[in-house]
Amino acid sequence: MHITSNPWIWIGVFFTFSVLSFLYKDNPFYKLAEHVTVGVSIGYFIVIWWTNTVYPRFIIPVFENHHFILIIPAILGLMMVLRIVPKWSWLSRYAICFTVGGGAGMGIPRSMQTSVLRQLQATMLPLNLSTTAGINNIIIFIGVLAVLIYFFFSKEHKGVFGGAAKLGIWFLMVGFGATFGYTVMARLSLFIGRVLFVLQDFLGIKLAG
Amino acid sequence: MKIDRRVIYLIIALAMILPFFFPMGLPIPATKEVKSVYNYIEGLTSNDVVIISADFDPSVSPELLPMFDAMFRHCLRKGVKVLVTSQMVQGPGLVEPIIHEAAKEYRKTNGVDYAFLGWQYGYSLVVINMMENLKQTYPTDYYGTRTDELPILRRVNNYEDYDLITSITGSSTYMMWLMYAHEPYNVPVACGVTAVSAADVYPYIQSGQFIGMLGGLKGAAEYETLIGEKRMATMGMEAQNWAHIAIILFIIIGNIGYIAIGRKKRGA
Repeated sequence: MHITSNPWIWIGVFFTFSVLSFLYKDNPFYKLAEHVTVGVSIGYFIVIWWTNTVYPRFIIPVFENHHFILIIPAILGLMMVLRIVPKWSWLSRYAICFTVGGGAGMGIPRSMQTSVLRQLQATMLPLNLSTTAGINNIIIFIGVLAVLIYFFFSKEHKGVFGGAAKLGIWFLMVGFGATFGYTVMARLSLFIGRVLFVLQDFLGIKLAG
Repeated sequence: MKIDRRVIYLIIALAMILPFFFPMGLPIPATKEVKSVYNYIEGLTSNDVVIISADFDPSVSPELLPMFDAMFRHCLRKGVKVLVTSQMVQGPGLVEPIIHEAAKEYRKTNGVDYAFLGWQYGYSLVVINMMENLKQTYPTDYYGTRTDELPILRRVNNYEDYDLITSITGSSTYMMWLMYAHEPYNVPVACGVTAVSAADVYPYIQSGQFIGMLGGLKGAAEYETLIGEKRMATMGMEAQNWAHIAIILFIIIGNIGYIAIGRKKRGA
């Protein structure tokens, strides 16, 4: 064991324990860690955004290379910021219109293709009981149909229709169960990351892979 | 009976810390989804180009950094050209030490065997532009070198030149690569996601849109097993397994208690 002398790792360990102290109860160390995280994240983003985007993509092209066309999007960007000035906030709507229009135009056709049409196509599968893949296809087909029936609220869930809707609930529960299991795994992984940081980086303990 | 939640936290913490000192070496068999990503990269040659996009921030790095590490190392070992990008501003800072370490170990040169392009603002617009003109999207790399001067990018500039794109992400950023890279241009796409998102990705694997997926720390550990390098994720899996055993025991004990109390109430 060899405790590091790197001050950044000491700071990291301090904030790790400050955050974990919340498990015991809320306290000023946790609050400090929370506020520092938000502040540092925003500060970091602003610096990188300026050096990676504004300076090389606006300042240099406009003032050195005279690409004045870039002033138009820059004005739209400034209009967006005017939301914080109540008297001029209405100007931000023009920039928002442009963003929403462009975003919807780009996103809707691609979303339809990616998440609707291709997913529909993926349920149109050969159904047979002779192969494992065929049985899986039958389960997928029944599952999709049953869940869609569950979310159809224009007909009362009674009789055969009600039975199919109930089956849909079972399929949904299996899905939620899988998601929950994975979520537990994810949260544990985050803790494992911190344990490894404290053991290896801070205490200098060599762990076997 | 009521158990203080802090007692449960303590037991879970012990279940996760002790295995680091007393590992049992439990096996980590690779799943179909991870194998297909591995096999795909195994099938590539030194003329092929893989984009690995580190689309994550520190909050999910314990799960995703090992994935990046394993996949990047695999590509370098195979001699496949790698372009590292990021859709998250903190991503480049997180992966830079890994890139350095792996490149040094495999004796690979920045700009020749791999390029570290860093982060650009614009999210989906960056992906759309990358498919059309990479050098215009990234005029300089992470270190400020002009991309048109990088030897690795001499013959690489648009979707026709990408043999695989992998998005390693803690959000739904993988959808951007599907929507704007795979669907319009048919570029093969894989993803590495946090365990929370893994269940959402399965429909896209089943439909054949993703060639495969690495899900959470387990996915990263499986990949490490496949490349034969037991590193960060494999270490963590031992703790993960024991924590799962502890949680399963808690669920069983909780349910036995619940049933027993129910019977007592019915009896009274």
